Amino acid sequence: MSDFGDYGGRYVPETLIPALDELERGWREALADDSFRAELHHLLTTYAGRPTPLTLAERFAPGKRIYLKREDLLHTGAHKLNNALGQAVLAQRLGKRRIVAETGAGQHGVATATVCARFGFECVVYMGEEDMRRQRPNVERMRLLGAEVRGVDFGTRTLKEATSEAIRDWITNVETTHYLIGSCVGPAPYPELVAELQSVIGHEAREQMLAAEQRLPEAVVACVGGGSNAIGIFHGFVADEDVRLVGVEAAGAASLGSGRPAVLHGARSSVLADEDGQIADAHSISAGLDYPGVGPEHAFLRDTGRAEYRVATDEEALAAFQELARTEGILPALEPAHALARARDLDAELILVGLSGRGDKDLAEVLERL
Amino acid sequence: MSTSNPARGVSGKKLVIYLVAEPETPDLAQAAVEGGADVIELGFPFSDPLAEGPVIRRASERALARGMRTHACLDVLERTRELLPETPIVPMTYAAILEAYGYERFVTDARKRGATSFILVDLPVEEQPALRRIQLVAPTSTEERIRAAAEVTDGWLYLVSVTGTTGARTELSPTLPPFVQRVRAVTDVPVYVGFGISTHELARAAGGLADGVIVGSRAVEVAETGRDALRDFVASLRTALDS
Repeated sequence: MSDFGDYGGRYVPETLIPALDELERGWREALADDSFRAELHHLLTTYAGRPTPLTLAERFAPGKRIYLKREDLLHTGAHKLNNALGQAVLAQRLGKRRIVAETGAGQHGVATATVCARFGFECVVYMGEEDMRRQRPNVERMRLLGAEVRGVDFGTRTLKEATSEAIRDWITNVETTHYLIGSCVGPAPYPELVAELQSVIGHEAREQMLAAEQRLPEAVVACVGGGSNAIGIFHGFVADEDVRLVGVEAAGAASLGSGRPAVLHGARSSVLADEDGQIADAHSISAGLDYPGVGPEHAFLRDTGRAEYRVATDEEALAAFQELARTEGILPALEPAHALARARDLDAELILVGLSGRGDKDLAEVLERL
Repeated sequence: MSTSNPARGVSGKKLVIYLVAEPETPDLAQAAVEGGADVIELGFPFSDPLAEGPVIRRASERALARGMRTHACLDVLERTRELLPETPIVPMTYAAILEAYGYERFVTDARKRGATSFILVDLPVEEQPALRRIQLVAPTSTEERIRAAAEVTDGWLYLVSVTGTTGARTELSPTLPPFVQRVRAVTDVPVYVGFGISTHELARAAGGLADGVIVGSRAVEVAETGRDALRDFVASLRTALDS
């Protein structure tokens, strides 16, 4: 079923299987259709603000050449819009005019609400109540954009439960609704589809890096929650075997570092789970990384040795957040602050870091902790 | 599958009662059979059950908080089998549980402890073909998928009556009669209808279309009030099905 070794698959109720078949067919047709690519390219350049720049962070990492791929400068402030725009164009082709999505940090919710406003779609976003508390500005932004935000008040009240509720909504409204999943997780074909839509990050960055340095980076570093920004930037370099791919997880949500093979949200991957297959709780200061699962392609890249995965603690992320603000005048989101923390002590000199989003949404959480 | 209680079930319509595996469940399952249940569907709880509405999700959370992991659920299965030697007992769970336990090992151990068959709500028909189980079909299933499920199902087909999650509904979906017809057109396998069947009126209506009905969320709620209430509720369903 998948190209990710033992990972991936479609572990969902029968009700959804025909919709996944339809999505897969629609996706293959779109990929082969120049007009789909042209429409998406037009939106990415005239609406989203692509290409995003590459910034050399000299003061942040003296003695190294760390380049930041500036997805924080994309419209809505994070890489999530690449995927949301692509899926919106796809939903339109499929004739679906109602969109459901889950969100953790709120960045995917905002991106989804944004494209729904742009396309005139009805939009419902599920969000854990704990995340609504710590990402309040994004809740307000989604509402201003016309989305309905539905709080999820059970379980961990974070991204895991929000995702389950979004899938339950999709099961109930599958005839009219497209599930605009926010990361490279979920049943096939979502992991592959989201990776393809996010690969624009890596393809752009590779060209920009060659233009700036006339060589490829020694390492590409990106934070991993579900893993969409990491898979997007990795895809630009996965064929360059000398380029190290380094994913950085939150220490309390290290699905790749300390997980085991298990099934969550429709796919088999590396998951924080107990020996009975019950899903464990993740813990991170960063709502976007606070997820016990990860995209199946990351589990595959880990097992094959093509990518390596490390962790950063809440404190390390906070320190990197402050350091980037004071040395470069950039407030990163807490999620890529994890990648920044590991990039600085990586045994490499020329490094590309995926700066997946900006930190405005995190101010309340950061100020509380400093 | 045979009915355990020949005095009841004169209509021949099967009544399946779903309960979440907890320490009290063997006694509750016995009460359900006293009320006229033909089959017990025994839910092994999973932390992230995508097909469940709020009632069964909450019951699953509660059971997990009480330690109802796979081994404890198998113990409940065995004790239920001791109380109900003749009744088909069908564990219903999610792929995650079998991924962790091992598919073959689960089937072997569960059968040894008294399982008649299995229902895996998030394991599509094309996955794990060696695992003989009761297949589910949904209103969205294509004719090709219905046929594939009917060919390999273990005894009967589980018809999901609505596009949606489990949980009580106030009326039968208007799409159910054409859906049942669509399934009948491709298979002679008995079809039982579940999801949303919460009252004796709905059970009677669904029983008029299908060979059996499955009552889950409402049974779980009633079971929380005790074995007598559950027995009486099941008896009301039985009477409705037989009338």
